[in-house]
Amino acid sequence: MAPSTESRVLHAPMKVEFDYTRSLGSVLSQFMSALKQHSVLGGVLADGRVVVPPPEYDPVTHEAITELVPVSDFGTVQSWSWVSEPVAQQPLEKPFAFAQILLDGSDAPMLHAVDVDSPADISTGLRVRVRWAEQTTGTIRDIACFEPAGDDVSEGSASMDFGAPEVTGIVSPVNLAYDYAASPEETKFFQGLAEGKLYGQRCPVCEKVYVPPRGACPVDGVPTTDEVLLPDRGTLTTYCVVNVPFVGQTIPIPYVSAYVLLDGADIAFLHLILDVDAADVRMGMRVEAVWKPQEEWTTDLNNIKYFRPTGEPDAEYDTYKMHL
Amino acid sequence: MRDVAVVGFAQRQMKELDGSPTCLELLVPILADLYEQTGWTKSDIDFWCSGSSDYLAGRSFSFVSAVDAIGTIPPVMESHVEMDAAWAMYEAWVKIQTGEVDTALVYGFGKSSAGILRRILALQLDPYTTQPLWPDTVSLAGIQAREGLEKGLWDANAMAEVVARSMTDAQSNEWAIRKGATTVEDVLAHPLYADPLRRWDCAPVSDGAAGIVIAAGDKANQARQRPAWISGFEHRIEPIAINARDLTTSSSTASAGKAALGKEGVGSVDLAELHAPFSHQELILRSSLGLADDVTINPSGGALTANPMFTAGLNRIGEAAKRIWAGESDKALAHTTSGPVLQQNLVVTMEGR
Repeated sequence: MAPSTESRVLHAPMKVEFDYTRSLGSVLSQFMSALKQHSVLGGVLADGRVVVPPPEYDPVTHEAITELVPVSDFGTVQSWSWVSEPVAQQPLEKPFAFAQILLDGSDAPMLHAVDVDSPADISTGLRVRVRWAEQTTGTIRDIACFEPAGDDVSEGSASMDFGAPEVTGIVSPVNLAYDYAASPEETKFFQGLAEGKLYGQRCPVCEKVYVPPRGACPVDGVPTTDEVLLPDRGTLTTYCVVNVPFVGQTIPIPYVSAYVLLDGADIAFLHLILDVDAADVRMGMRVEAVWKPQEEWTTDLNNIKYFRPTGEPDAEYDTYKMHL
Repeated sequence: MRDVAVVGFAQRQMKELDGSPTCLELLVPILADLYEQTGWTKSDIDFWCSGSSDYLAGRSFSFVSAVDAIGTIPPVMESHVEMDAAWAMYEAWVKIQTGEVDTALVYGFGKSSAGILRRILALQLDPYTTQPLWPDTVSLAGIQAREGLEKGLWDANAMAEVVARSMTDAQSNEWAIRKGATTVEDVLAHPLYADPLRRWDCAPVSDGAAGIVIAAGDKANQARQRPAWISGFEHRIEPIAINARDLTTSSSTASAGKAALGKEGVGSVDLAELHAPFSHQELILRSSLGLADDVTINPSGGALTANPMFTAGLNRIGEAAKRIWAGESDKALAHTTSGPVLQQNLVVTMEGR
């Protein structure tokens, strides 16, 4: 990403995506299986109250809930809040209301969305009905949302089979988006890379040089203020030979990942070693950076394609033994 | 029980931190502030505990790089909670009670502005039947507010009074984000944003970091002339199922408060810092704790004027302690909340002697 002129540090969009696969216990398996068949089940608590969605345990007696009963797909709004600016993955993409809805036949409200055009179209006491998703799969999203019921009355839940539950798990997709900012020190480092330079920083107390620079010296806890320009060559301190293939691998195995201690730096960083047979790589080997063509440089450590042996004699063990 | 006091407090908060979510550049000066306040250095701190969240930072192990701010060679005794740092302080207090350590530095940090906070916080809801709907924080608070409004437990005017008082008091708080002399009429003149809530009823999204130093007995006296001695420290939680709770009251705050206040009760409390990210939640908290009308509430402006995730609660404790150090309060109560619509609540009481 191009350096921003408005900000003192580099920013880049970052997406974090992960799907949780969750198994369901007996109560939620039955609840989700029923939703798939266009039916809503409530759990019967020890005091006889019917709660939707059904809890797995009674909140007061802590006994397991064993009895589930069908409730209506019609209900009444008990409280609501207007969503003027919906966020991603909510039930509706246009403004709507989140509401606590008491389904007929139940004694505690369930939270869901109500599709109305404006806050003027919803009020506590409004009669609403389930709008089923076009395809039901056995998740809470099988209820697409609720909509005003007008004077209609429920035709009753779809007939359902109370045999072994069909749905025993759900997948919850989570997609998060961030504006990721680098620290001022990291920004200096990445901007240097775009010019083919490697910047580190020196701790004013212990005088150790860190690359990439960090916000504070991890030994002394003070900001690392002094900038140091480092050469693109150094000593390989330790390494591993990658022999295991994995998804997305771009380099033919076997190849070498190694820690490279740049000359003048006190902390090694991880990079790739190529142009050498994996069997010939050794601790203390002198290496230098192989850069991409200058026109491809960005604020990215991948500007350095890999490190390769310089052919110099190996470094003495004493010169890097403190950096292992 | 060992006598433990709050002896140091430093904070940094802003609308948007133009920097890394590790917040190192906030934590380094905060720790420097705390060393100066106490006259101590790193080696005087026996135990470190922090509060932060990877979900907020958008990266794994975000708290690990924050440890750089301490300087951990030789290694330090450290722990972390994925909660407001007020709970990190609870852990540190328990650690001191065990007798294993005498001093602790507690810190928290978070960059809420990196993502959409009200959406990210949906991840703390029940993952089977609630979170998949992505109910955002503001909507849940709106449902809670309306329930109280329609039951006649509070009205829009009472909510606006909370906002006006908070923003007016925040004028003297250099770290407050939303502040300025404000009247009830000013508040009510704003349109509804998330009916029934106005934007000012909702805490501003805030970035920040903060730290507190606590110490036992003589160590506390050594660091501060009039330490804020902790006389009660309790936290309670309610069910995750929102429909299993009465949202118009806070039973967990009431029971934590009762336990923290002990036999003496709430009568001797002259100041309270309450962590209410929504205006009506302050009304719920005041009534759950039984605070009298003459108790000074949130002289700092409270969370409605700056609500950095993972430190807004710790800040309440720090702000209350500051008043005790200054002799402006003899017994203060600080409250912190966590989870959706006041699910979990912590109460600490502090005294000047």
